[in-house]
Amino acid sequence: MAFKHLLGLEGLSREQITRILDQAVEFKEISKRKIKKVPTLRGITIALFFVEASTRTRTSFEIAAKRLSADTISLTASASSLSKGETLIDTTKNLEAMAPDIFIIRHSVSGSPHMLSKILSCSVVNAGDGTHEHPTQGLLDMMTMREHKGGIEGLDVAIIGDIMHSRVARSNIFGLTAMGAKVRISGPATLVPRDIEKLGVTVCKRVEEAVEGSDVVMMLRIQKERMAGDFFPTTREYSREFGLNLKRLSLAKKDAIVMHPGPMNRGVEISPDVADGTRSVILDQVANGVAVRMAVLYLLSAHVLEGV
Amino acid sequence: MEARTQGPPPKKAIMTGGEIERVIGELAGGVIRQCGDSQFSLIGIQTGGIHLASRLKKIIEEKTGMTIPVGVLDITLYRDDIMMGLPQPLVKKTDIPFEVTGSRIVLIDDVLYTGRTIRAALDAIIDFGRPKFIKLLVLVDRGFREYPIQADFTGMFVETSENETVKVQLKEMGFSEDRIAVFEKTKKG
Repeated sequence: MAFKHLLGLEGLSREQITRILDQAVEFKEISKRKIKKVPTLRGITIALFFVEASTRTRTSFEIAAKRLSADTISLTASASSLSKGETLIDTTKNLEAMAPDIFIIRHSVSGSPHMLSKILSCSVVNAGDGTHEHPTQGLLDMMTMREHKGGIEGLDVAIIGDIMHSRVARSNIFGLTAMGAKVRISGPATLVPRDIEKLGVTVCKRVEEAVEGSDVVMMLRIQKERMAGDFFPTTREYSREFGLNLKRLSLAKKDAIVMHPGPMNRGVEISPDVADGTRSVILDQVANGVAVRMAVLYLLSAHVLEGV
Repeated sequence: MEARTQGPPPKKAIMTGGEIERVIGELAGGVIRQCGDSQFSLIGIQTGGIHLASRLKKIIEEKTGMTIPVGVLDITLYRDDIMMGLPQPLVKKTDIPFEVTGSRIVLIDDVLYTGRTIRAALDAIIDFGRPKFIKLLVLVDRGFREYPIQADFTGMFVETSENETVKVQLKEMGFSEDRIAVFEKTKKG
């Protein structure tokens, strides 16, 4: 399997996703070694361009690149010339002139990586574009589900919270439906996009309906920064109506796992006893993130020297 | 495991069944003579070396009463042709269940050819630690070395031409009987 860009999980086949996840499983072993490094991507330059705040994803990509011996350059919006008024296209073209092989971008505008993939000659990886997709998060979530549940096909997965602004939800929906899971979503009516059923999910009015009998409960963060208006009255009310507490979790299957892409608003969408409880796999998600990103960079790198 | 047929007919069969058992037995004897005076470990290279390593482990343990740890090594990430613009090969499992630093290691592969796989394997092992020594064991040496690498234990030498390939087909891989045979190289190599 060879692909040049990873812009989203939309349109990826079950075989393609499985190939990435299978590779990620083997890459996990490298992070457990004393010397956590293999020489595979020696001489490859990876530019990380994060035009929106990130700790987990940027660090995770950077560690993944370094464990494969790639060189990384990291830029953030405030430290780049974007803050001096340069356009995104000009900034990236200038970065491209420094010849990176893989360009990893996070941007608050949906579709930015897609636009750049048409302009740049190098590989582009979407590390989160606005409210659209966050493919590596979707992959690491599926890897974590597969690890705990043995497979993805047939799983009942509840995704709860701010569906509208969540690129994590969208990538998971595309990936999970391709893999044959049954996805239910729930959240405040103001934060559930109209016609989302067309992506192959079931919409539940009440959280309890979504959680009941599920194998996986994925809570989403309330994204205050993307909310241009008022979508719900107070965080306290949100927590009461849509937050995951032990009582609600008891409706899920006995061995259900709880996931959250982070950063968590403790006490809002998830109660601390659930977040830190035995069924939480939130830190496994972070560990799998490095392995998934190593697999993605490895598979993309086939393109780097194509034709040489 | 799905049952495999013997595949396309080989150009010539080198060895089958009991003869292969005998050669593996002799290799085990050689390893015991050279390394058996104190603890050592085996590392099999994916995929051909792995079943060979398990067979050797069994024979050595039966003969000596020692417990021999066996590691599995995938060398894909250390290949020298990995960034040549080819589709990336599947990375398989690596699992070294013992401390490499200070250990005495016998590295095992089925066929020794250019020596590139062994170069990669040495680099991979050294990234885990500093072994006391690494010795190389191969079932078949078919010549055409491109790197200066020789085996310490060789089951047999087979004369081949460069447009041929040598395959070691073992029952553990799903074949109906053990066979070492020479095939015409296909385009895939």
